[in-house]
Formats: sequence, C-alpha cells, structure tokens
Amino acid sequence: MKRSYGATYSAPVALWITFFFVIPLLIICCYSFMAKGLYGGVVNRFALDAYTALANAAFIRVTLSTLWISSIATMVTILLALPAAYFIARSEHATVYLFLVIIPFWTNFLIRIYAWIAILGNNGFLNELLLTTGVVTAPIQFLYNQYAVIVVLVYTYLPFAILPLYATIEKFDFSLLEAARDLGATKFQSIVKVLVPNIQSGIITSVLFVFIPSFGAYAVPQLVGGRDSVMLGNIITRELTVTRNWPLAASISVVITLITTCGVLLFMRLQKSKSSHVVLDGRSL
Amino acid sequence: MHKKRGFSLVIFSCVIAFFYIPLVVLIVYSFNASKSMSLTGFSFVWYHKLFFDSRDLWSACLNSLLIAAASASVATILGTLGAIGLNWYTFAFKRYIQVVTFLPLILPEIIIGVSLLIFFAGIHFKLSLLTIFIAHTTFNIPFVMLIVLSRLEEFDYSILEAARDLGAREIDTLFKVIIPLSMPGIISGFLTAVTLSLEDFVITFFVAGPGSATLPLYVYSMIRFGVSPVINALSVVIIAATIILAFSTKNIYKYIIGR
Repeated sequence: MKRSYGATYSAPVALWITFFFVIPLLIICCYSFMAKGLYGGVVNRFALDAYTALANAAFIRVTLSTLWISSIATMVTILLALPAAYFIARSEHATVYLFLVIIPFWTNFLIRIYAWIAILGNNGFLNELLLTTGVVTAPIQFLYNQYAVIVVLVYTYLPFAILPLYATIEKFDFSLLEAARDLGATKFQSIVKVLVPNIQSGIITSVLFVFIPSFGAYAVPQLVGGRDSVMLGNIITRELTVTRNWPLAASISVVITLITTCGVLLFMRLQKSKSSHVVLDGRSL
Repeated sequence: MHKKRGFSLVIFSCVIAFFYIPLVVLIVYSFNASKSMSLTGFSFVWYHKLFFDSRDLWSACLNSLLIAAASASVATILGTLGAIGLNWYTFAFKRYIQVVTFLPLILPEIIIGVSLLIFFAGIHFKLSLLTIFIAHTTFNIPFVMLIVLSRLEEFDYSILEAARDLGAREIDTLFKVIIPLSMPGIISGFLTAVTLSLEDFVITFFVAGPGSATLPLYVYSMIRFGVSPVINALSVVIIAATIILAFSTKNIYKYIIGR
C-alpha cells in the first residue's frame, strides 16, 4: 500500500481558504457580538446591540423589500429563461444560440449596468426617442426605482439561468412529451406535468444562481435604484463605510450568511427527495 | 412540431433582443459627435479621448489584467492540487475542505467582501493591489476546484495504478500522468478564473486601497461622478475584445485538446 498523499495535495488550498475565508467569517461573527468603536472598528466588549438593531422597523422594511425585489427578479428571469432554454435545446443551431447568450454574459458587469443607464436615464436613449417623436413633452424618470433595479437584475442574471436550464433540458427525452400528448394531455399539461418535474434540478440551480446574487446585490440598487429600492447590500456598505457601525454591518452579514446557507441546504434536500419522487411519477403516467 | 415551438421562439427572440439592444445602443452612441444622447453626427472623438487622453483608465485596465493573471494562476495551481487530493484520497480534514470550498460558491459576494475588509483591517494589513489579489484568488479557488474535479471524475484510475506499478514516484505520476490528462479541465478552470477576476466589482470594491483601482472600479466611479461618452467607446472596445477572445479561446482550447 502506497503512502497517502491526499493531505499533501490538499493542504495548500486548505490553508489558503482557512486563512482568507473561514477566519474572516469567524471574525465577522465575533464582531457582530461586540460594541461599536467610536470611529469604526469595535470595542472589546460583549454586546447584543448589533442584533437588537436588526429588530427595528426600518431594517425589517429593507429586508422585506430586498426579498421582494430579488424574488420578483428571480421569477421573471426563470419565466424568460425556461422557454428560451427550451428553444435552444430543441434547435439544430444550439451552439450558435448559446454563444449569443454567453456574449452579453462576458461583457463586463458594470458596462451592462451602464448600458441600462444610457437607455433609461433622464437624458437617455428612450427619453430622447419619446421626446423627438412627440409622445411626451418632458422626460420620464425611468431610473431610480424598484422597476429599474428588477430590469437590470434580470438582464444581469438571465444568462446564469439559461445555461443550467439548457443543460438539463438538453438531456430530457422529448418523446415523453409526445407520449403524454398521445395519452390525451393538453400541451400545457404535458409541459407542467412531464417536462417541468423532469428538469427540476436545472430549475433549482437556476433559481439559486439568480436569487442569491440578487439578494446580496449592491452595485445594481446603488446605481439604478432609488429610495424604494434600498437593499441589504446598500445597508451593509453604508454601515461599513459611512456610519462606521462595524458590528451592525457584521450582524447583517451573519444573518445573510445563515439565511443563504440554510436556504441552499433546504433546496438540496428538496431536490434529493423530489428526484426519487419524479421517477415514480414518470412511471405512474 | 413547428407550431409547438412558436411560443418559445417568441420568448427566445425577445430575450436576444433584450440582451443586444443595450449593447447596440452603446455602439451607436460611441460614434456620436455630441455629448448628449441626441444623434448629431458621426465622430471618433470619444475613441480618440479613450486611447490618447485616459491615462488613469489604462492604468486601471493594467491593474485588472495583472490581478486576473496572478490570481487565476495561483487559484489554478492550488485548486488543481486540492481537487486531486479530494478526488482520490481520504484523509483527516477532507470533509472540512469540501465544505469550506463549497461555501464561497453559494454565499453572496458581498459577504466575502465585507469579511475580508474587516479581516484586513483587523490585522492592520494595508489595502492595496495585494489585498485585491488575495481576495480574487480566494473566490477563484472554489470555481477552479469544481471544474477540475468534474474532469477528474472521468479519469480512469487504473492509469494511475499502471504508472505506479511501473515504478513512477508520486511526483512523476503528478506531472507526467495526472496533469497532462486533466489539462482541458485545468485550462477551462484557469479561463473561468480570469473571467471572474476581470468581471468582479463587489468584492474588489471592499478590498481595494486608494490608488489601486481595477477597471470595474474605474467604470463605477465614472458612472457615479458624471457620465462621459468615453464609457460608450470603452464599452465597445470591451465588447469587441470579448467577442474576439471568445472566438480565439475556443480555438486555443481546440488546439490544446486536439494535440
């Protein structure tokens, strides 16, 4: 039997991730239970201030609006991504279409946000178009509200949803749809009862890929959002750089970390139990 | 059959239009003579300004490229070795590595940014290009590992046994068997890491020191403090570079695996 080199191979990565990911996470956990320093930082004293501050109405409102914005953005994204991925998977030119989807995804994130500012801005393309055609007499403010944030989030994360959906739909046996139709299912029934359960893992992956970054969004609400679309990301940054209440920034981060981790674990468990269920469903059909 | 795809065709066309209209608008306005959004005439003035009068922008661009190359290289080396260890061996802290290299993939970026900023402040480490490099390497490692692991899973273990039976030492097996055979995975891991690093804004925003702007940070400050049509020109250059790179990496990739 040869000596095991596993630990040797994995030690560098373990050290790096421990140092620059695990320890920082533990530090913000500790910071969230300390009192805030006068000019940023913390005072070495146990305190629950950062958590009691989370019970305040303004914070709860921001949490709810963050959940609302990211849920709507996720829903719209999935509703667009499903038919689009289905179309790509059934087409003969799948590679070309995939390439078309990937190009905007490789164009820089900030440039994509900027493009929407150029379109929706008060002096932007759309207003210019409406003014010159005489539809409106004064520019409409499209930016700096929830809708602008949702549009840009959908635009940013749509490719992330299309790619995993395409990967699962591509493996789907389309003759099952024909079978369902032959047995008398309507087109809608065959999609909902046969296609959707079979590509559930792809749908779950897409939901996670869109929801998690939207939930933690900072740049998008900062650049195109307004007063109705302040998100948790903006609050964390404000507490960290402007108000300099580090324990509060830390406690919000801890809460987000816990919610995301629990959510992902729950989804994964769901996926496991559902996947055995789907097989049975397929048989009973 | 064709009737059935009517609906998905419509949605797909809308999605493609949705993707490309903003890019087309940027391209059109990058050649516009006026500073406003009304079309006044064709001009290269913004491109001229971009290439000859934007020193800060180019130094930010250079920073981005440096960090992308360095962090992707380190992440690829560490990630590949880590993936090899996880794939074939069992050892004491294996489960721990699996968990802590999976977590960064699912946490929102802002959490990594905030925790690293507080960490660097806590140990009095000055924010600079070095801190950006550390942050980028950290978020790149899990992606490289994921990609290399999926390649290693297809690997025929008997090849390794054959190499060892023939007397290869571990280091020979690594450099002459494992790495060459998993090259496609390693390369796509590296390219993914480069892309993620060039693309990152949120984490960089937290860990960048004064004077160490990357291109996304520079564009962010341009957007916040007065939009200049130079961004249009820059966007077009980036879009063009993206498309050219996408095509050429496809060819490089083919060349390497076709060897």
